[in-house]
Parts: sequence; C-alpha cells; structure tokens
Amino acid sequence: MSTFPLLQPASPEAQAIFDLFIMVVLISLGIFVVVTGLIVIALWRGKAKSDTPKQEFGSSKSEIFWMTGPILILIWIFVITTKLILTTNAVPKIQPTDATHELELHVTGHQWWWEIQYGDSSIVGANEIHLPTGTKIRVKIESADVIHSFWIPQLARKMDAIPGHPNYIWLQATKEGVYEGRCAEYCGTQHTWMKFKVFVTSPEEYEKWKQEAIAAGKTTATQVAKTAPAAQDAASKNAKLSTKEAGRAIFMEEGCINCHALEGLSTPSIGPSLTRISDRAIIGAGVLKNSQENLGRWLKDPQKYKPGCKMPDFNLTDEQVKQLVTFLWSP
Amino acid sequence: MLQPDDLVDPSRRNLFSWVCSVDHKRIGIMYMLLAVFFLLVGGVEALLIRAQLAVPKNDLVSPQMFNQLFTLHGTTMVFLVGMPVFTGFSNFIVPLMIGAKDVAFPRLNAMSFWMLPFGAVLLYFSFFTGSAPDAGWFSYAPLSTKPFSSLPGVDYWIIGLAVMGIGSISGAINIVATVMCCRAPGMSMQRVPLFVWIMFMQAILIVITIPPLNSAISMLLIDRVLGAAFFEPARGGSALLWQHFFWMFGHPEVYVFALPAFAIVSEVIPVFSRKPIYGYAFVAGSSTIIVLLSYTVWAHHMFAVGLGMGPNIFFAAATLLIALPTGVKIFNWTATLWGGSIRFTTAMLFAIAFLIQFVVGGLTGIMFATVPVDWQLTDTYFVVAHFHYVLVGGIVFSLFAATYYWFPKISGRMLSERLGKLQFWLWLIGFNATFGIQHLLGLMGMPRRVYTYDDNPGWALCNGISSAGAVFMAAGTLVLVWNILKSIKSGAVAGDNPWEGFTLEWGTTSPPPLENFEELPEIKSRRPVWDADHPDLADWKTEKTPEDRGHRPAAAKVAAWSFVISEAIFFILLLVSYVVFNSGDEIEGPTAETALDVSRTGIFTFILLSSSLTFWIAERCLRKDKIGGFKLWLGLTILLGCVFIGGQVWEYSGLFSNGITVNRNLFASTFFTVTGFHGLHVTGGIIVLGIMFMLGRLGYLTSKRTHVFAAVGVYWHFVDVVWIAVFSIIYLDVFK
Repeated sequence: MSTFPLLQPASPEAQAIFDLFIMVVLISLGIFVVVTGLIVIALWRGKAKSDTPKQEFGSSKSEIFWMTGPILILIWIFVITTKLILTTNAVPKIQPTDATHELELHVTGHQWWWEIQYGDSSIVGANEIHLPTGTKIRVKIESADVIHSFWIPQLARKMDAIPGHPNYIWLQATKEGVYEGRCAEYCGTQHTWMKFKVFVTSPEEYEKWKQEAIAAGKTTATQVAKTAPAAQDAASKNAKLSTKEAGRAIFMEEGCINCHALEGLSTPSIGPSLTRISDRAIIGAGVLKNSQENLGRWLKDPQKYKPGCKMPDFNLTDEQVKQLVTFLWSP
Repeated sequence: MLQPDDLVDPSRRNLFSWVCSVDHKRIGIMYMLLAVFFLLVGGVEALLIRAQLAVPKNDLVSPQMFNQLFTLHGTTMVFLVGMPVFTGFSNFIVPLMIGAKDVAFPRLNAMSFWMLPFGAVLLYFSFFTGSAPDAGWFSYAPLSTKPFSSLPGVDYWIIGLAVMGIGSISGAINIVATVMCCRAPGMSMQRVPLFVWIMFMQAILIVITIPPLNSAISMLLIDRVLGAAFFEPARGGSALLWQHFFWMFGHPEVYVFALPAFAIVSEVIPVFSRKPIYGYAFVAGSSTIIVLLSYTVWAHHMFAVGLGMGPNIFFAAATLLIALPTGVKIFNWTATLWGGSIRFTTAMLFAIAFLIQFVVGGLTGIMFATVPVDWQLTDTYFVVAHFHYVLVGGIVFSLFAATYYWFPKISGRMLSERLGKLQFWLWLIGFNATFGIQHLLGLMGMPRRVYTYDDNPGWALCNGISSAGAVFMAAGTLVLVWNILKSIKSGAVAGDNPWEGFTLEWGTTSPPPLENFEELPEIKSRRPVWDADHPDLADWKTEKTPEDRGHRPAAAKVAAWSFVISEAIFFILLLVSYVVFNSGDEIEGPTAETALDVSRTGIFTFILLSSSLTFWIAERCLRKDKIGGFKLWLGLTILLGCVFIGGQVWEYSGLFSNGITVNRNLFASTFFTVTGFHGLHVTGGIIVLGIMFMLGRLGYLTSKRTHVFAAVGVYWHFVDVVWIAVFSIIYLDVFK
C-alpha cells in the first residue's frame, strides 16, 4: 500500500493528472513566494516608521501592469487544463453498446458496498476488482440507491455513481499490484466503510483467475444443488445434519437468502454476493480482513463492526455461526 | 408603537429593552452575540469531530452521531455564525460610516434578526426528536429524501433554513436600501468607505443567492412531506438537479462570506498603514465583478458527477477567471502596505495573517479549478484544508481583525492588546497545524466525512497533529471571550478615535449616541475624519471624488425592487424544474395537455392582468388625491385578485377530483409547486392591498405619501408578470 496514493500514479491517466498537479503546485508556490515576499518586505520597511507616510491613492497603470502576470498565468493554466480534459479522454465518448472493448466492468454502488460485474464473463463479485495489466477497460458506474463515488487514486479519476445517470470512465493499470479503492462521496451512515481492493495482474494470471472463478462458481452451484435435497430431507426427518448442511439450512431459514446471492441458490443483490467468499480479501467493504475467524465474528454481530449497516444482527449462536461459516467458506 | 429606544435612559437598559429594540446598533450587537454563541456551539461540534478522528479506529462517537456533528457543524457555521456575524457588523457599522441615523427600516431590521434565533431553535430542536439532520450541510439528494432519511431531522433542517433565509434576505434588503437612500449629505456613492461599498455588494449578493436555496428546499420539503419525487431518481426525479440548485446558492454563499472579509481588511490595513487604500476603484470594482461572476462557477463543485467536456471546460474557465478580481485585491492591499507606517496591533496582525492564509486558500482553489486535479482531490481532506484556509484562515481571521478594530467603537472600551496577541498566536499556530497538515492527509487519500480510518502509515500522526491544533484554536477562543468580558468590566476607555481611523464612525463618540452623531463632520472625500484631523493633507485637496448630487431614491421602492428580484430568481428556478421534468419524452399519467383547461385559465389570466391596469388607475387617483376613485379602483383590484384565486381553487378541485395530486407524477408535482407558490404570492398581495385599502379609508394615504403604495405596485405587477411566464410555459407550452 502506498503512503501517498495521489503521488504514486500507476496508470497513464493518473500519471497525466499527477503531472498537471505538480505543474500547478509549482506555479502556486512561485506565486506564493512572490506575494508573501512582497508583503514581508512591505511590513519590514514600514515597521519602524512612525511618521505620516506619503498619501498614495493608486494608479490605473500600475494596476494593469501588475495584473498582466496573473492573467498570463491563468491563461497558461487554463490551456494545460483543457488539454488534459480533452486528451486523456478521461470521459469516454463511446456508446455503451460499442463492442470494441470486450472487457467492460460494470460497477454498482450500494449502501455500503460495491457490486462488480465483469462484461467478459458471468462473474459477479463484491468489493474487489481483478484486472489485467495493459488493457484499457471501460467502466460503467451506476448506483442502486444514493450517490456514491468510485475512486481508485492510483489508477483513475474519481467518478460519481449517480442513480438514474450512468457514468463511464477508463481504467488502465500499467503496474501489477494491489490498489486501494473507496467511495468518495458521502452516502450515509457507513460511508466510511465502503472500500474495495483492485488486484492488477498480468493478462495470463488474470485469465487464470477468471477461469478459476468461473469454475469455482460452477462448483458452488453444483455443490449447493447436491446438498439441497439431502439437507431438506434431513431437516424434515429431524435427523442430525452435517455442519455444512446445517449451515445451508441457516442460510435458507434465517433470511440470508433474501439479500445475498449465492451461485446456484439465490440472486438478490441487496447485500454482496457470497459466492467464493473464501477468495475475498475483506469483509464489510473494508471493516475486517477476511478469514474464517473474522467472518464468524462478523456474522455473530455485524452491527458491532459496522454500526448502521443494512445487515441486522441475527442473534446466531456460536454453533450456528460455525455452521454458517463452514457452509459459506466452501459450500 | 415602539420608538427607537434610548441607550442613555437607565430605565430602558434592561433585557426587555433589548428584545424590543429597533436601534441598528443594538440589533447589530445581538447579531454578533448570537454568532459568538453559535461559534462556540459549532466549535464544540468541530472539537468532537477532531476528537473522534484523533486516533485510528476510535469509537468516541457513533457513526450516526459523527454524521450529525459534521452536518450541524457546517450548517451552524454557515447560517448561524457566518451570516449573522457579518450582518451584525454591517448593521452596526454601515449606518455610522455613511452618517445615517439608523438603517432604512428599523422595524424590519428587528424582524430580520429575530428570524434567526427562531430558525436556530427549529434546527436544533431536531435533537429532541431523536434525529438531528445527518445528510450533510449540502443534503445531497437522494440521500436526503424520505426513502433514505426517514427520520424528521432533514425536515427540521429545511424549515430552519427557510426561516433563517427569510431573515437573511430581509436583512440584506435593508442594507441595500440603507446604502442607497440614507447617506449623509456629501456622501456620494463614490465616496462611501470600501467597507460600505463591499457590504452593499454582499447584501445584493444575499438577495440573489438565497432564492435558489429556497427553491431547492421547498422542492425537497414537498418531496418529503407531500410525496413528490423531484429528487428521487427511482420515481423519475433527478439527483443532479438538487446539486445544481444547491450550488447556485452554495458557491455565491462563499462570496457572501469572502466579501465582508475583503471589506474588513480594506479598512484595517489602510488605517494601520496610515495610508489610504491603494486603488479604491479597483478594490470596489473587483468586488462588483465578483458578485457578477459568482453566479457562473457553481458547477465546479460538481466536476466529479460526469458533466461532460463542455461544462467542465466552461466552469474551469469561469473559476480561473474569478481568481483575477481577488488577485487585484491582494495586489492593492500589498500596495497599501508598501511604504506605509505599519502599526502591529492585534487587528493588523489578524489582517496580515488573513492576507497570507487567504492566498494559500486561493492558490489551492486554483488547483481545484484545473478539472483533472479536482477529479483526484475533491472529497478528500485536501479540499477540507482548502476551504478551511478560505473560511477560517481567511474569513474568521478577518472577523477577529474586525472585532479588535471596532470593539472600542461598539463598547467604548479597548480590548487588551496583550490578550489579543496571545489569542492571535494561539490561532495562528492552531489553525495552521489543524488545516495545513490536512493537505497531506488529502494526498494520502483520506476522504472527507469518514468517522474513522484504518491505521495506515502516517494517518495517525497527521490526524493527531490536526486534532492537537484544534485545542489551540479552542484555547484562543476562550482568551477572546475572556478578553471581551474583562474589557467590558474594566477595559481602558477608548475615546472617539483610538486607532486614528479615517471614516465617519470614528467621528462620533464610543459608543455612539442613539442617533449616531451629535454633529457630522464635513464630507468632501472618502476619509472625512482624516480630513478633519489633517487639514493640510486633506484628501479632497489632492484626490478629487465625484460630488454628491443629492439623489436618494425612495427606500420603499428600493426594497420592493430588491424583494421582487429575489422572488423572480425563486420562480425562475421553479420554472426551470418544470421545464426539466416536462420536456422529456413521455410522462406516465396526466400532462399539461391532458389535464389542464387552457381557455378557462386564459380567462382568469386576463382577469389577473386587468388587475394590474386597475391598480395603475388607483395609483393615478392617489397621486391626484382622488381618494374616492382610489378606493374604487383599489377595491376592484382586490376583487379581480380574489376572482383569480377563486379560479385557481376551481381548477385545483377539478384536478383533485380526477385524482391528480402533487404526488401523482412529476407533471403534477411541478404544476402544483409552481402555481401553488404563485397563488400564495397573489394571496399575500391581496392581503397587502387590503391593508392599503384600509389605510386609504383611514386617510393615511395621500398624494404626498404615494411611494409606499408605488412599492406595493412593484410587487403586484411582478406577481402578474410571473403569471405571464407561468401561463406561457405551463399552459401554452412555449418550450415544446
């Protein structure tokens, strides 16, 4: 993780913005030094005087003379700004139906997590994005509720996710690595914990990840399908269930299924998809690191870690939590 | 009837006499005291925010509480500190500087003030309902709409702001009328001190900048209470429309605060340099240009919403452009210091710190005008640092300069310079520690409005420094409060002109008598008191200024025109929302074409318009003292107005019986909002006409007192003009 993500760009666009920023900072520093210098000199010269100084009322000539500098500087800044707006193509001008870029990301902001859909596969993830290096990817940004803002400081500009007003940006990472992203627009109680991670890998590794993710999704689906009748029979007979089957029963009966998608079982997206959750890096959009222990803690009392989040406390017993974690970790 | 009270009469020096006071000085002091009280309230909120953020993963306050705190901190500092404190200074100082006895409308002035505590109580009462507003001071929709903020906090926020807005507009109209109509003989508009000129500009800006907020919050309230969907995208509304309306108010509002700061330092720097302001015309003119340009930069708050190339470039250009008139001022203040005999009083120290810190805030402002940089930096702590450098490092510092400068005039006592300098250094260190370091936090990627953060490298240290700085500012504030209390009790007596000031307020006693001046000095230049003190170096001998031609418009008419301009902006924005929501492809449900009876409303339109004619005849009768004709034609005007309202009731009941109510669809919402507010204005007009009718009957109106009636006429004709726009846009559909 970078200490100064805004100063460590890892994409052409972020680099261009960084260059503009440095230029404007240097210009500003120059102006600051000149202005404070003049003020300090004026104060220094006037500090010991006590007589009545010459009463000057100003002259239009000197006003105009002194303002030419600032005017030229502002024109300069305007030119480099406009150039960057136009040339980095920061606002993609292509139509959503344009099919020249096969990988399109579809990002939807929710209170308070990110839904990630990949245009080149059926993968639906949450709070993390996998990208190959090099490829220029169009990102469609939408919101399911209030206004959010999609921001990966090292990779791209921030762009608001506005309900009823889809936005598009380009995303192109040049360096492999893990990047931090987050919601940048205040969106309610848990705006704080609406982060995500971006994993940038080589195109080969990305392809590998994609195939594995698709396979894992399918496995989940078949597993879920396999355990389903058994679990229901067992439940009806009041027999002893395996831990995993019990977890599945809780998932169905406690209402998890009403908000969360699990491939082969359910599709809602009120909360993040739980397919392949063992693969994830974070829980609660950044509030906890993902592990079986932390997932258990979260399920035990989500409101403790993310007060005000949409997931209620289901008052699960330790045993139930264990069963649910086992089921979700590998269904 | 209340008479202006008498400060000298000890029997009137009780609390009740303050509540009843219509004296501009007392009202000014009450404004300032209210601002000081809420400065402490908003300051405590800020301290709680900084305490929560002092260490990572802190749980001092809950997320909900944190969100309420920053919402109220912003709202309080803007509406209950910034607005009243400058209106207070304006109230106290402007009439003195122009040699007036009081403001143009002393009773209106009292009303304007008392709206503020009323609004403040409404805002803070939300705490007792269990839900203070927590959608931010900007209340972005749809977060602020009912589905996402179901508790009543936002409703209290809306109503509180509406009440305070009424007070702000009426207070500003009063200042406009005072400057235009109440100047002493010899005080031409080109001779008013810069403080007066710039506060005049600020008052004009308030008059035109509050209406967009009123439009926005009216629509939000209709959404929340009556079930409309202006700002609910899920039901066809627009999330961005709120942002446009809010920032059309919100950005000029920044200049509503910046202009008084400019006004203050334009007085303080010359006096403590013993020189006149360098380039008076440029400082004054650039302020006027700022007022004009401030209305063209609002969308620079919205660069990240995806506006498209064109708007991005336009608003970048406008934002860079507005830096120029500000740069002109910095140059003129520096040139005023140049060659002066500097006296480092506390007021001067604060003014100098203002100058430098404001430059920092201005330069980071330019960074935000470069759109791609804004895409990265907006909504981070870098922007928090930027606007606090403007609002605190600039504006609050200027406020302290004003406090030390004018306190002797207001109270008759000097503030302690020793304590003043202690406060100055505490604030200088505290302010720069708190907000300087936040530039770094922004570059580290720390977003705004988060209640806690991970223990990333450097974050804890920087936030710790930031929070520690806040303690210095709090201590400095306590020093100021102590200084004021001590000075009132035992401060050195100030005398008329302790700073050797130049302008008229220093030409009277401290505090000034009830009617301000025993005797006015001769006004032949911009610095009458300087002229009186330095006859050899008098300004009028070297620097000629335009003579006063004695023209003073009628205050009632100035007020009426100001009010009408303000209301026009309100209606324009409501009509914009109508056009926005009714020019799309298809609306489900009723539309103007299917629901409205154009020819019937056409007849009522004719009736309303003819009331303008009858009013005009009534006014002519009054001029010629034909009271019988006056009553007849005025009576007819009232009748025509009532018939129009009757027509509207008929139309509404027809719509209601067809199931068309304000929450039916966006056509219905916009239709009822526009025509409803117009109907309210007609009703208000009828009431005023009724009062005029009674005054005519009782013989108070004569040909010599027509200007009040003429002022009412401005309003009544305005209401008709608005209806012409409403009828053309809604019924005749001229935009389709």
